[in-house]
Amino acid sequence: MFYREAGDFKTSYAADNQTFAIRFDRHGYYLLLAVAIFVVPFVINDYWANSLLIPFLIYAIAAIGLNILTGYCGQVSLGTGGFMAVGAYASYKLMTSFPWMDMVSVTLLSGLITAFVGVLFGLPSLRIKGFYLAVATLAAQFFLVWLFNRVPWFYNYSASGQINAHERSMFGMAVTGPNAEVWVKYLFCLFFVIVLAWVARNLTRGSIGRQWMAIRDMDIAAEIIGVNPLRAKLTAFAISSFFVGVSGALLFSVYLGAVEVGEAFGINKSFLVLFMVIIGGLGSIFGAFAGAAFMMLLPVFLKIFGVDMMGWPADIVAHFQLVIVGGLIIFFLVVEPHGLAQLWRLAKEKLRLWPFPY
Amino acid sequence: MKRLATMALAGLMAAGPAMAELVIPDLHYRTGPYAAGGIPFSDGYQDYFNLLNARDGGIGGEEVRIVGCETAYNTERGVECYESTKGEGALIYQPLSTGITYQLIPRATVDGIPLHTMGYGRTSAANGEVFEWVFNYPGNYWDSASVIVNYLLDQNEGSLDGQSIVLLYHNSAYGREPIRTLEVLSEQYGFDLTLLPVDHPGQEQGNQWLQIRRERPDYVLMWGWGVMNQVAIQEAANIRYPMEQFIGNWWSGAEHDAIPAGAAADGYLSLNMNGVGDLPVLDDIQQYVHEAGMAAGDGNNVGTVLYIRGMYAAMLAAEAIRTAQEMHGVSEITPAMMRDGMESLSITAERMEELGMPGVGPAFEVTCANHGGPGMGRIQQWNAADQEWVTVTDFIAPDDSVTQPLVEEDSMAFAEESGIELRDCAN
Repeated sequence: MFYREAGDFKTSYAADNQTFAIRFDRHGYYLLLAVAIFVVPFVINDYWANSLLIPFLIYAIAAIGLNILTGYCGQVSLGTGGFMAVGAYASYKLMTSFPWMDMVSVTLLSGLITAFVGVLFGLPSLRIKGFYLAVATLAAQFFLVWLFNRVPWFYNYSASGQINAHERSMFGMAVTGPNAEVWVKYLFCLFFVIVLAWVARNLTRGSIGRQWMAIRDMDIAAEIIGVNPLRAKLTAFAISSFFVGVSGALLFSVYLGAVEVGEAFGINKSFLVLFMVIIGGLGSIFGAFAGAAFMMLLPVFLKIFGVDMMGWPADIVAHFQLVIVGGLIIFFLVVEPHGLAQLWRLAKEKLRLWPFPY
Repeated sequence: MKRLATMALAGLMAAGPAMAELVIPDLHYRTGPYAAGGIPFSDGYQDYFNLLNARDGGIGGEEVRIVGCETAYNTERGVECYESTKGEGALIYQPLSTGITYQLIPRATVDGIPLHTMGYGRTSAANGEVFEWVFNYPGNYWDSASVIVNYLLDQNEGSLDGQSIVLLYHNSAYGREPIRTLEVLSEQYGFDLTLLPVDHPGQEQGNQWLQIRRERPDYVLMWGWGVMNQVAIQEAANIRYPMEQFIGNWWSGAEHDAIPAGAAADGYLSLNMNGVGDLPVLDDIQQYVHEAGMAAGDGNNVGTVLYIRGMYAAMLAAEAIRTAQEMHGVSEITPAMMRDGMESLSITAERMEELGMPGVGPAFEVTCANHGGPGMGRIQQWNAADQEWVTVTDFIAPDDSVTQPLVEEDSMAFAEESGIELRDCAN
C-alpha cells in the first residue's frame, strides 16, 4: 500500500544501482538525515546527548568497522577494544604534540595510524583462520592494552597514567573538553558517522567489497577466480581498523574526555562491539546501526523501566541486564543469525506485499 | 544550548515548589568485581540519610531524597549516571571511584555541582585555589602514603635507611596516585622502592608474589580495591609473608578483604581514615531505619569498616548542608550554596560526639585554599580469631612538607593546561 515499488521505474544504471532502490526508503532516509542534522541539535539536552546519542554514534562507527572485517570479509576479530585504544592514544598524542591541529585532522590521522597497526596484526590472517585468528586478535587486544599501560610515553608521563582531552575548537566552538556544548559534540560525531557510513556502504558494494565477500564465503574459490587474498584481507583489516580507530578517538576526545586504557578499552569493549555486530546483523551496514542502538538503549531502557518505574533495586536490574543480553545473543544466534537487519528485511518484504500477501 | 537547558531546568524547579527537598545522588556499585567494597559504603551512605529523614525530619526541615544509580565502577556508566541525575537538582556527588572522579571533575566544574571525593580521586584537588568545586577532605592518597611511611619510621626508630619497600598497586589512576609521593619519600629516607602493578580486576597476582617471595622486602604496601585485596592477602598467606609487614591503604582494609584468608590473615595491617567499633548512632540506625524496613541493601553490613566510612561520608555531606543552610538562611539550598557550606565546614570532636559518632574521624576545618583536610589516618590490625579490626595507633599526621609541594606542583600544572584562573583565597 504505502511501501511499494510499483511505478518506480529506473531508466539508468546509476538509478538501478542506488542504495535505496524504493522511493519510500529513499525519502525516509533523507528525512532521517534532515531530522538528525537540522532538528536534533536544537532540541537535544545533556542527558540525551551524553547518555544515548553520542555513544550511539561513536559505537555505530566501531560496529561498522568490525562488520567490514567480520561480517563482510569473514575474519573474526576480538581485538576491537585494543584498536579503539590505538585510536584514542593516537589522538591524544596528536593533540598534545600538535596543539594547532584541528580535530577533524586529528581524528582522521588517528584512524590512519590505527589502520597501520591493524594491518600489522592482520598479517597473520593470511596463514591462520577461524578460531585461531580470533585467538591472534585476542592477543592484539591484550598486547595493546598492556603497551599503553606500560610505556609512559603514550600518556606523556602523567602521574595517574590517564590521558585527558584538552579543549580544541572548530569554527570558534569548543569540540572537546568540558566547555564543549553537547550539540557541537553531537554534530561533530554525526559528521563522521554520515561520511564513514556512506564510504562503508559504497566500499562494500563495489569491487573491493565483493572481493571481501568472496574471501568470506570461500577463500580458495575466491583465489581461483582471481581475488588476491593478501590484498583483500589486508584492505579489510586496514579499513576496519580505520573505522575502529576513529571511533576510539571520538570516544576518548569527544565523549569521555579522560581515559584509563585497561578500563575503557578492555576485553569487554571488544565483546560489546562484537555483540552489536552479531545482534545487529553480520554483513549489513544497517545492522551495525541497529546493533549499536540496541546495545546502547537496552541498559537505559531497563534502568528506566526497572528502577524508575517498577522501583526494583538497581543492582537487581544491573544483573538482569547481563542475563537479558546473554539470552538475546543465544536467541539471535539460534533463531535469526542475521540479526536485527534480517528482521528489518523481512518486515520490509511483508510491507511490500501488504495488504495482499500471496 | 546549555543556557536553554538551564532555563528549562530553572523553570522546572520554579514550577514545582512541592518538590522542596535535598537531592543526593548515590552513584553506587553493587555489581561487578568491586561490589564487595561498593555495597557496604553505599549502605552506610543511604542509611544515614534515611536516619536523618526518619529521626529528624531531614536536614533543617528539608527531607533528603536519595537518587541511586548503578555504575558498576565503570567510568562510562558513571558518566551516564551523572548526566541522568544532575538534572534533578543534585547537591553533591560522591562516586567512590577515582576513574569516575577524573571524568566528573571537568563536568561538575562546568555545571557548578560540588564533588566530594573522600580519600580518593585526584589528590591535587586539595588545592581549593584551582579546584573550586572539588573537595577531598579529610585526606588523600598522598597523605595516606606519607602516614604509612611515618608509621614505619616510628616502628624503625626513625630510620628507614636501606630498607626495601614494595608498592603493590592496582594498575589504574587510583593505584598510581601514591607513586610520586613514595618516590620523594624514598629519596628523603633512603629506602628502596619497588613498584609492582596488578592489572584490573586483580585476580592474577602470581607473578607479583613470586617476586615478593624472591626478594623478601621489609615491607609491602598495598593500594588495592575490590577483589584484588582478598587475592593479595591470600597470596601473602600462601608465601608466608609476615602479615605485620604487609600494610594496606584505607581502601584495602575492610572485613571482607581479610576474612577469606582465614586465620592466616591475622595481623594484617591497614590504614583507616575513620574509627571502627560501636558508635551510638548505629543503634539509631537500627531503630529508625532497619526496624522500619528501610535498610539499604540487605542490611547486614552495619558496623563494618566501609559501612562506617559511607556513613561518615554522608555525615560530612549532611553537616555541609547544615552549614550552608545556616550561612544562607534558607533550608532549600542550591549546589552553589552547598559548595559554600563545604568550604566553611568545621568538624569538631564535640560535634561528632553530639552526632553519636565520637572519634569517627579527625577534627578539621575546610578553607577556601585547603579542600583537603588534615589527611590523618590510623593504623588498624586484623584480628582473625574475632574477625574484627583493632585500632593500634591514634591518628597519625602526614608530612605536609612532602605532600604540599607535590599538590602545588600538580594542581598548578592542571590549572595551566586547562586554562583555569586561580581563585583569590586571601580575602
